[in-house]
Amino acid sequence: MSGSIASRVQAEPFEPGAELARFTKAAPGAGAIVSFTGLVRGEDHAGRALTAMTLEHYPGMTEAQVHAMTEEAARRWSLLSVLVIHRFGRLEAGAPIVFVATASPHRRAAFEAADFLMDWLKTKAPFWKLEEGAEGAEWVAAKAEDDQAAARWR
Amino acid sequence: MRVRYFAWLRSRLNRAEEDVAVPAGVTTLNGLLDHLITLSPGHAAVFADRTILRAAINQVFADLDSAFTPTDEVAFFPPVTGG
Repeated sequence: MSGSIASRVQAEPFEPGAELARFTKAAPGAGAIVSFTGLVRGEDHAGRALTAMTLEHYPGMTEAQVHAMTEEAARRWSLLSVLVIHRFGRLEAGAPIVFVATASPHRRAAFEAADFLMDWLKTKAPFWKLEEGAEGAEWVAAKAEDDQAAARWR
Repeated sequence: MRVRYFAWLRSRLNRAEEDVAVPAGVTTLNGLLDHLITLSPGHAAVFADRTILRAAINQVFADLDSAFTPTDEVAFFPPVTGG
């Protein structure tokens, strides 16, 4: 791997378009770049209006886990560079939560590595979502389908 | 030793961490939970269903049958929901 592996866990907002432009500029020679942006949905798991979401995390462990995932992706696929950004703290509906970008010589590796990183971020990074709606705040329950998705990569 | 809690374990126990005097002979996370549930009715309720508990030792995910030492950082939390 000749490019860079980078990950950031941050409270500050980020701009996905600007991140992708910077990532692309820093991946010369790439034949394929895939990016994924996750946003705070405007409704909760039960379909009720959501005003905001607070992401709690485990400082220290989160950064280590996310960094380890980017290294694992680079080990499994032929990647030129990888970037993961994950926010914590209070986020308004519509705000970007997570950003994954992968650059590779050919598209398959970039697609698969980005898919893998999202599945692992869902199941192996110590974040917990608290949804805020009109009726108060509620912790989001983990989904079995996320575990099943992550199990595909064993 | 210092035990840390996150998400609804933290909010229901009303604390992010606490100092726990680990009884002699307790060497695994399950053993530690057996002790924690004796501390208060609130602890007993929060730790009642171990199938929905996850844990870390020194900031690495650990099964509840994992062994720890009193100098380790132990944390309990629900299954993660990031991404």
